[in-house]
Amino acid sequence: MTFYRSTVLVSVDPICVEKGAYELIDTLNDELIKQGLIDEVQVLETTRLGDPTKFGPDLTVYPEGTHYTNLTYYDIPRLVEEHFIKGRVLKQYAAKMMDNIDEELRAPRSKEIRVVLRNIGVIDPRNIEDYFAYDGYMALGKALTEMTPEEVIQEILDAKLRGRGGAGFPTGLKWRFARQAQGDIKYLICNADEGDPGAFMNRRVLEGDPHSVIEGMIIAAYAIGARQGYIYCRAEYPIAVSTMTLAIKQARALGLLGKNILGTNFSFDLEIRMGAGAFVCGEETALMASIEGSRGEPRARPPFPANKGLWGKPTNINNVETYANVPQIILKGAEWFSSMGTEKSKGTKTFALAGDVKNTGLIEVPFGITLQEIIYDVGGGIKGDKKFKAVQTGGPMGGCIPEKLLNLPVDYETLGQAGSIMGSGGMIVMDEDTCMVDIARFFMEFTQDESCGKCVPCRVGTHRLLEILEAICNGEGKQEDIAELRELSDQIKKNSLCGLGQGAPNPVVSTLEHFLDEYEAHIYEKRCPAKVCRSLIKFEILDGPCTGCTVCARNCPVNAISGERKATHVINQDICIKCGICHQVCQFDAIKIS
Amino acid sequence: MSVVENKEQETLEFVRDTISQIGLTRADLIPILQTITNKFGYISQVAIREVAALLKLPTKEISSVATFYRMLSTEPRGKHLIQFCESAPCHVVGGRQVLHKLKEILDLEPGQSSADNKWTLITTSCLGVCGIGPVILIDTDLYGNVQPDQVKSILSRYE
Repeated sequence: MTFYRSTVLVSVDPICVEKGAYELIDTLNDELIKQGLIDEVQVLETTRLGDPTKFGPDLTVYPEGTHYTNLTYYDIPRLVEEHFIKGRVLKQYAAKMMDNIDEELRAPRSKEIRVVLRNIGVIDPRNIEDYFAYDGYMALGKALTEMTPEEVIQEILDAKLRGRGGAGFPTGLKWRFARQAQGDIKYLICNADEGDPGAFMNRRVLEGDPHSVIEGMIIAAYAIGARQGYIYCRAEYPIAVSTMTLAIKQARALGLLGKNILGTNFSFDLEIRMGAGAFVCGEETALMASIEGSRGEPRARPPFPANKGLWGKPTNINNVETYANVPQIILKGAEWFSSMGTEKSKGTKTFALAGDVKNTGLIEVPFGITLQEIIYDVGGGIKGDKKFKAVQTGGPMGGCIPEKLLNLPVDYETLGQAGSIMGSGGMIVMDEDTCMVDIARFFMEFTQDESCGKCVPCRVGTHRLLEILEAICNGEGKQEDIAELRELSDQIKKNSLCGLGQGAPNPVVSTLEHFLDEYEAHIYEKRCPAKVCRSLIKFEILDGPCTGCTVCARNCPVNAISGERKATHVINQDICIKCGICHQVCQFDAIKIS
Repeated sequence: MSVVENKEQETLEFVRDTISQIGLTRADLIPILQTITNKFGYISQVAIREVAALLKLPTKEISSVATFYRMLSTEPRGKHLIQFCESAPCHVVGGRQVLHKLKEILDLEPGQSSADNKWTLITTSCLGVCGIGPVILIDTDLYGNVQPDQVKSILSRYE
């Protein structure tokens, strides 16, 4: 790894690129060569630094952290002369550093422990030497030269590492099954089809620390005896795909992948396969069908992939985060890993906080932390100091957890008992303005849409659930609806083929359990307490606060608002489509929702 | 040669080139179909028949895969593809108003293409950039923290 005196991060988000970020990078490199500084100053591309419409193109110089904004390539010679030769800040373009330059991953807070995310934002993911500098591939060396495959499996078992894809199956046990399975040819798969809405932990690992996943996979391949591996990554993640492709190439060039890895007689190679936009492909049997070139439809298990997987051969499949944990367990030992977490869930878990919480983005916390600590201490509490209503964990197959259960310590078992699941780690925080019936309807729309259609309970059942929920939201709910929702949910859970169908009713079941009063208000009183469901609300303009500024009338998409300038405006209820734009644009709080 | 025949000829040549680069096995099918979609915006019946012939698979197998995945299309698409993220994290931070504005300005429902063939509007599952929702993806350009009143200016960047 080369050490530089300074590193310049240039923002290359679409808006900065349009404003000439690449011309700026080229000019900067040319100028550094001209001034003989190219070995001292490193220029890197980064995601957005500040608001690109206001500041772009912009760059930050480290280690001093000076943020320069609104630069063009004309300014570069002066910038290089002043900043890098004379050591003076070019005040004309210097801006105050933003508190937070990475909107997805902030500096760790006190209750966080970073294991999987430790290198993200620290190393250059496109340079394998950076990974070496942070103990990269040392675990692989240890496993291949000092440990037998059986010892590797035992170490993972002792660490009690469980599958981070959501189901929480013991990883070491999975590996042992695959190792013991009969057959000469075995495959290893990394499930990088992170489709849960709100979950993007795996994307950041693939983009920010690709070699930790590759190293984990090579160790796993050694343990089970696989010679070929696949990373199945969703096509929605183009940057992750290109970073992984480069990382595989680099590892291969250095003999870390391919024949006789590190001079031993173990050989293994990796290939990337891209999804084509099907949520159900995150399910392992569907994923394998997709790699084989078929429709991504799940099949019944058993036989499990460990015995009959890809092309009918024994296959081990784990998620990105699971593999990323492996090198550190091998290097630091099972005891270190199992010192974090609860009795049954060891180590840390990454979560993606989203929704109405102040600090959205990625976090990594030890198992056993409470939801309260996650939302208030790490997440900073609810946006706009509104009241907390629920937190939805586990993606679309998860459930909504109410305030009274916030003291639950987070692990695979307790979330299950609360009617939700761990899932892959999406966590959507909802404030008092969220309608829980609408949320249940929303998730059902998602699963209904993503159901592959193979089995009837899921295909027809989710459709029927959605119809009932839509009717309730439209004010057409009937007395028997609640009982029918419960009955249907129960049947879908019991009779569906894969995890998608079995988990699909969870959002309905959990909201029925914890927020029954909202369903009842919709059905019996034809009222939406959170004022979200359009058929049950009415927009009106209040006489007092309205100044007649005409902003609402000008923004109304259907011209339902009329009124003279400086006089109170009126909404024509027959035309109003209840889109809520007037409420959003009014600066005087004059739009009342009732 | 007529325009239609020209187009067919171009499709056939592209399909043959693609397959010679990617491969002939069943496992190569999805990458092949993805490449064809990226080039023409959709997979025509001509392309489906050619892929079937070269891979020695029934046409219905190709159609069945092509219609299963959201990113593969068997219907023509406009010059620019707008993907609106309809997932929960974007929904709870005001995604619905953004979609409403998109539909209003383009006069399209999700799944439709504009008459001048400039736009196709579709909804997509999570794009994985939930920290900056609501999010829209136009071709390969990602826009985050989109407010309804910014939609018009974003669309005006495209010709």
